[in-house]
Amino acid sequence: MRELKATIIDEGGFGRTITRLAHEIVEKNKGPESLAIVGIKTRGEFLAKRIAKKIEEVEDIMLPIGSLDITLYRDDLIGKLDQPEFKGTDILFDITDKNVILIDDVLFTGRTIRAALDELIELGRPETIQLAVLVDRGHRQLPIKADYVGKNVPTSPGESIRVHMKEVDGEDAVLLMYPEKPEEAR
Amino acid sequence: MPLHSNHLLGLDGMPKDDIQLILDTAVSFREVLERPIKKVPPLQGKTIANMFFENSTRTRFSFELAERRLSADVLGFQASGSSLAKGETLKDTARNIEAMKVDMVVMRHSAAGAPHYVSQVIEANVINAGDGGHEHPTQALLDIYTIREKFGRLHDLHICLVGDISNSRVARSNIFGLKTMGVKVSVCGPATMIPRELDKLGVDVYHHLDEVLPTVDVLNVLRIQLERGAGRLFPSIREYHNYYGITKQRLEKTGRAITVMHPGPINRDVEISADVADGEHSLILQQVLNGVAVRMAVLYLLATRN
Amino acid sequence: MEILLKGGRLVDPVSGRDETTDIHIIGGKIEKISTRISVPSSSQVVDLKGKVVAPGFIDMHVHLREPGFEYKETILTGCTAAASGGFTAVCCMPNTNPAIDDESVIKFIQHRARVALGGLVDVYPIGAVTAGRKGEHLAPMAELADAGAVAFTDDGDPVHDTEIMRRAFEYASMYDKPIIQHAQDKQMTKGGVMNEGLTATELGLPGMPAIAEDVVVARDISLVEFTKGQYHVAHMSTAGSTELVRQAKMKGLRVTSEATPHHFTLTDDAVRRFDTNTKMNPPLRTKDDVEALRQGLKDGTIDVIATDHAPHSFDEKQVEYQVAPFGIVGLETAIGLSVTQLVQKRLLSLYQLVEKFAVNPRRILHLPQVRIAEGETANLTIFDPVAEWSVSPQKFMSKSKNSPFDGYRLIGRPFGVMNNSQVFWFAL
Repeated sequence: MRELKATIIDEGGFGRTITRLAHEIVEKNKGPESLAIVGIKTRGEFLAKRIAKKIEEVEDIMLPIGSLDITLYRDDLIGKLDQPEFKGTDILFDITDKNVILIDDVLFTGRTIRAALDELIELGRPETIQLAVLVDRGHRQLPIKADYVGKNVPTSPGESIRVHMKEVDGEDAVLLMYPEKPEEAR
Repeated sequence: MPLHSNHLLGLDGMPKDDIQLILDTAVSFREVLERPIKKVPPLQGKTIANMFFENSTRTRFSFELAERRLSADVLGFQASGSSLAKGETLKDTARNIEAMKVDMVVMRHSAAGAPHYVSQVIEANVINAGDGGHEHPTQALLDIYTIREKFGRLHDLHICLVGDISNSRVARSNIFGLKTMGVKVSVCGPATMIPRELDKLGVDVYHHLDEVLPTVDVLNVLRIQLERGAGRLFPSIREYHNYYGITKQRLEKTGRAITVMHPGPINRDVEISADVADGEHSLILQQVLNGVAVRMAVLYLLATRN
Repeated sequence: MEILLKGGRLVDPVSGRDETTDIHIIGGKIEKISTRISVPSSSQVVDLKGKVVAPGFIDMHVHLREPGFEYKETILTGCTAAASGGFTAVCCMPNTNPAIDDESVIKFIQHRARVALGGLVDVYPIGAVTAGRKGEHLAPMAELADAGAVAFTDDGDPVHDTEIMRRAFEYASMYDKPIIQHAQDKQMTKGGVMNEGLTATELGLPGMPAIAEDVVVARDISLVEFTKGQYHVAHMSTAGSTELVRQAKMKGLRVTSEATPHHFTLTDDAVRRFDTNTKMNPPLRTKDDVEALRQGLKDGTIDVIATDHAPHSFDEKQVEYQVAPFGIVGLETAIGLSVTQLVQKRLLSLYQLVEKFAVNPRRILHLPQVRIAEGETANLTIFDPVAEWSVSPQKFMSKSKNSPFDGYRLIGRPFGVMNNSQVFWFAL
């Protein structure tokens, strides 16, 4: 069991962060017309939907939205994981020449993003791929940097970040948890 | 939950959860087959041996395609005809191939139980691609997948297997798998081609097509082995076609839209007429496409069982 | 040689004895049977408390494989396995290479048997019914009988041709020899590898229907009635043929039968793991058939327990089920399986068990009965009817280890055998 160290983003902050990310994305791309939003399963998919909805509200436009299951592209698939579930990628549009906004909840080692980039590039040839994350907690193991960051959170390697979202967890919050305690003698 | 076994030897006794997992994972792989680049990397570095001791073109192609689409290294052989009791024993063949550090073995053999035997003497995952008259689990899984895709469900359906049940591994695997999934299963064919006591597997037995057609949703029509039965198990191809051949006229008489499947290869105008095989209610080509996705799912789930 | 067998239970149906007593043996002959025997301190005393001392057991259905298949078994290893399994005699089947269809083969076997264990195990050859066991022409049955054949069979295959079978009955009758039939309609079992039924259906293995045995037994019984021949059904495996034999006996026909321990122990369910050591001919049948065989043994329809000991080399059985040869070894598990399945379950008394193993086979084959009586040769099977043990084929004396009973816990095991002044004590 991990214990709560701090609430990084609360419910109100969650909404504001999504709004800010949506604005930054539109601004940097000089408008929403060429955008395509792709979330990495599971929570990146819900974040993508929220950010896309926000952009659509403000810009009065329908954006192509998809979700990416990067399981097949993981570098630890064979040997380490016990039967990772493959739920499937769901991108029903051509990403070629789009400015693809790749969205995930937490940026940590960068390995997930590497897998996502590999998979995206096999689906087509986007104009750009830009990365948006809710939290960047540092400790990168690959040369990967986010274009849009909800919040930078310095962490120690043993700590963990938990993102809760209404769609699956019943609340919106980002929590910083203490490292797992060694088994205590009872 | 991972699969319960390191091997896919048959659907007899396979838990419902396992079948469900394979079907659901296959849905995800169906999407991969629609991509511009239909190749994904999960089996990179894995070596798969396709050991076909018996002729088969489509099953071997389907497996090989599935393996390559998962980025596995593939090697294989196809023995011409039956290699029973000829030269090297099966044990030696299997162990030799394993000594080359093969991770998985896909195996077709004319003797029932041959893959079970191999799974006991080697470490690699073994997938049964058809063993004698016993089982052909991936064929049944793709049949079940195709039915579920078409109807969006498996419950409340009535599926009838038509033809030589006695000698059909496709029929056996379908019966085991469909019964596990709670589907109503019937068989229809001449009494000489239906094993005694088959009803003990929970299957309704019919000998006259017109008795079963009014309630059936899907006909899975089995290939008649022309070189086998005629003269002993049934009098002639002509008589078989007249009484058990699936024709447009026979289906239209029911006034119902009955879905038709066939594991292939088809004997046109023997067990199924051309207008039915190519007709609007035929899922035959869909089965072929789904077969690749289902086999990808099986390979993936066994390889990542770790 | 002077041995005192002390405190064993003497069970001898021939002399009608069932009592606890001492037996004093000098020079291979029974000197004295009494509860009070004093012997000089120099003689060997064996404590047999709780053990059964019976007339030497005979297994009338054994494949010794020599000549021709010495890599599976030889007369020496087969006789050793027999002794180790508690038998002092075996009948060897003619499906050797060359087949036992010529007196020279009989002489060869007799010679090998004599030198094998110094006569501990008597070997009685059974001659072929047809030349080369091909089912086409009668073998020289008169010559074979004169040379020492105790019966005739084409075992491994049935005598299929009805005309040949009729003539075989007629011819063998002149020498008062039984025809032993491997009852099986060959057309109905072509390609089959296990019992036809639900299990075969599920496993997709080609079946051999029970009716294929029954129709041949029925035909043969009709021929017995017609020819007045003597008929013995080998390794009877079905409820149907058991009933046919029962009826034939009620009619007073000269019809007898045997069952193997594996057929009254296992069902075709054992095939499910595709273990080739469950493949034999006739195949393992259903629960109903097993039950019918047990009842047949109980009511006397089945006269004899015989093993159909059929050794095959390790590699021969390490193949696909459909490719593997038929047959399992049986000599060294016969007593254990029979006591466990029949005596423990109160289907047979020990007295009846001894009849099935020692008395009835000799009656059918017209061999002199073995009696445990003063002045007789000591031809004895000694076994422990309550000892528990677990089967380990690797320890078998047989050259082959193809047994489906690996790891089985059995009750009843051989303790020793004695015959022709030779003694063999079970080592383990």
